[in-house]
Amino acid sequence: MENLERILVEHPFFQGMKREHLDLVVGCAANVRFDAGQFILREGEEANEFYLIRHGQVALEVFAPERGSITIQTLGEGEILGWSWLVPPYRWKFDARAVELTRAIALDGKCLREKSENDCALGYELLKRFSQVMVEHLQAARFQLLNVYDAH
Amino acid sequence: MSTTPIDAVSLAGLNADPMLPRPYRVQRLRKETPDTFTLDLEPSSAAAAMAFAPGQFNMLYAFGAGEAPVSISGDPAHPATLVHTIREVGAVTRALHQLKPSHTLGVRGPFGVGWPVAEARGADVVIVAGGIGLAPLRPALYHVLAARKQYGKVVLLYGTRTPADILYLRELQQWHSRFDLEVHVTVDRAPGEWHGNVGVVTKLIPRAPFDPQSTVAMLCGPEVMMRFTVQDLERRGVARENIYLSMERNMKCAVGFCGHCQYGPTFICKDGPVFRYDRLAPLLAVREI
Amino acid sequence: MSSNSDQFVLERERFPQLLEALRRRGYRVVGPAVREGAIVYDELNSVRDLPEGWTDEQEGGTYRLRKRDDGALFGYNVGPHSLKKYLHPAQVRLWQADREASGFTLKPEAVEAPLTAFLGVRACDLHAVSIQNKVFAGGPYVNIGYKTRLERSFIVAVNCGKAGGTCFCASMNTGPQARSGFDLALTEVLEEGRHYFVGQTGTDRGAELLGDLVTAPAGAHEADAAAAVVERVTGQMGRTLDTTGIKELLYRSYEHPRWADVAARCLTCANCTMVCPTCFCTTVEDVTDLRGEHAERWQKWDSCFTMDFSYIHGGSVRATPRSRYRQWMTHKLATWIDQFGTSGCVGCGRCITWCPVAIDITEEVRALRTAPADPPSGKEPGHGES
Repeated sequence: MENLERILVEHPFFQGMKREHLDLVVGCAANVRFDAGQFILREGEEANEFYLIRHGQVALEVFAPERGSITIQTLGEGEILGWSWLVPPYRWKFDARAVELTRAIALDGKCLREKSENDCALGYELLKRFSQVMVEHLQAARFQLLNVYDAH
Repeated sequence: MSTTPIDAVSLAGLNADPMLPRPYRVQRLRKETPDTFTLDLEPSSAAAAMAFAPGQFNMLYAFGAGEAPVSISGDPAHPATLVHTIREVGAVTRALHQLKPSHTLGVRGPFGVGWPVAEARGADVVIVAGGIGLAPLRPALYHVLAARKQYGKVVLLYGTRTPADILYLRELQQWHSRFDLEVHVTVDRAPGEWHGNVGVVTKLIPRAPFDPQSTVAMLCGPEVMMRFTVQDLERRGVARENIYLSMERNMKCAVGFCGHCQYGPTFICKDGPVFRYDRLAPLLAVREI
Repeated sequence: MSSNSDQFVLERERFPQLLEALRRRGYRVVGPAVREGAIVYDELNSVRDLPEGWTDEQEGGTYRLRKRDDGALFGYNVGPHSLKKYLHPAQVRLWQADREASGFTLKPEAVEAPLTAFLGVRACDLHAVSIQNKVFAGGPYVNIGYKTRLERSFIVAVNCGKAGGTCFCASMNTGPQARSGFDLALTEVLEEGRHYFVGQTGTDRGAELLGDLVTAPAGAHEADAAAAVVERVTGQMGRTLDTTGIKELLYRSYEHPRWADVAARCLTCANCTMVCPTCFCTTVEDVTDLRGEHAERWQKWDSCFTMDFSYIHGGSVRATPRSRYRQWMTHKLATWIDQFGTSGCVGCGRCITWCPVAIDITEEVRALRTAPADPPSGKEPGHGES
């Protein structure tokens, strides 16, 4: 637990959070590990947690019957996986699969969500950070949509 | 149409006319990706090899079809073979794609201002390439690797559409295995078997190992990609005087006479194609300039 | 303010000697001639081919010839042609190529540059020649064709005897008096009972040719008369253009709403670029014979107003007429200065005269200066403060 706490406290994502909020976050955290090829989350399932990737690589995928599985984004060390736990209907939109052996810290998003209902300050701190993640992903996705490398 | 000239003056010599191509012979044509190929060329006559600076380009002439501006993508230290990686996008590049070994094409050049490989000495070097943009940057990387001690950290970030579109795959793998060079490749989308990065090339910038205070960045790729890349480099603290872009516009002559390649007050053929970003910043912000 | 020390007088009846002297030295003579209702440049066989007694009336989108009530040889302004027609021809073959067993061979083109004397060149066009020369011979590469054709030209300038409705050379500091770039310069003077030319030499070559003509040194009266012509013409300009800070004005006006306004009128017909004496853009055309054995590369005039001028794989960078008009005007008045050290505009007024919808470059500059540069904010009036 001590090691976990240090990792979370020192991670840029949680920087600036008040001590009591950080304690809450740490209390909701657990070490997890995924083997290469293992699914971390599945499209359609309930989204109750999010992950801080410690090492390894995770692929966000979608599966189309005639095309097979398509990777739309990969995430690596230090990145945050999963924000559907924060917005209704709290269900994953994509699959996420470990590309190689991946170790992460799983955080109980459902628990933090419920706590935020009573502690608005905590909720705001989490939303501030996640909205940044979402915006970056949105901008990247829009750029990928442009197909800039195509010969038009 | 010309009538019988009253008085004709013959040209001083072939070299005096920058519009006259020199014949070159195809040694080899290699397929790189579905729409991209590489030509290895040598002069048809016993002429000296073309010395060039990384980032310069030639006008390649396919008999009867016309000319296309193509960056030189070979090693400036070994100019005996003139190397061009070409993407098929129109009639001329299609004609070039049909050349076979021993066929002849015309070459004019080298033209333009190249990459700041001298200015970058003593600093970290960050090369960001998008799609076919890796081709004009490869000579700069060759140059830097050949004088490796003169540079700090060297980082290559390369983004393209899908894994099938990765250029120079074998060479990238070799570079990737070097200890004095950091190579990161990403694609916009990939089939499930791809185990590399998927995402925009700009995403590779925040974690790339270079010192923004002492870095020279060289960018080449679609203009949109370069604009976004500049933003992320600046966000990391790289000064705009240390960022260089290779620009592209319609070209007919490559010597500043035809007027087509004008970009604001610059002629891309002779003031570029490589420009320092601070000079381009006001132009990149204007649509249809 | 006249200096008569190096000026000469050539009487009208001796004017044919000028053409004869040029011919004797092997020059063909190119000068103004009436063709199909306009005064253009063409080869002249004699003084009779000049537009004697003609004048032109020019306004936005309008060009008409009228008869004068005197016999002035040069009593008009510039027509749709400039020296660009000869020095930077509309079609030039660059080289030829023929297929061989082992590829193809290239045959360079001999530069076609007949000795040519240009008669009646106006000050604006002299500046235009100097400007194009800087484009073609002032940089790292030299356009051998242009350089050679210019070297083999003899220039007899004529100071305008009137200013046209669309002229503004005075604003651009390119006239009306010819100051350099000529071998000989003449001012036509018509007085009661006398018709003569006051002239000066500009080069040794001009002085040498002058030796063949019967002239007299200009006296004070004649020199004053010539100076008076110039002064009168300077005050007659049909247009003015304020060049104060013009480069900076255009550089900060890329998003000015005026461009949309002119784009609504501009037909992108490219007339302005065709008649402009400094516009130099060209394209290359590769042609083959039917068997595909013989290829030629031709250089042809092009215009930034065409749709595919700026085409790169996928589309044109300047797809809209708005962007193309903006490009032409910004280049002519602003970026040209950064590129070549002078304005690209000589104030000849041709673009105004020959525009079918009478777009006026001087009016567009005025509009950029006076209209607000901020686009409308979308706010309704009266709702700003509450």
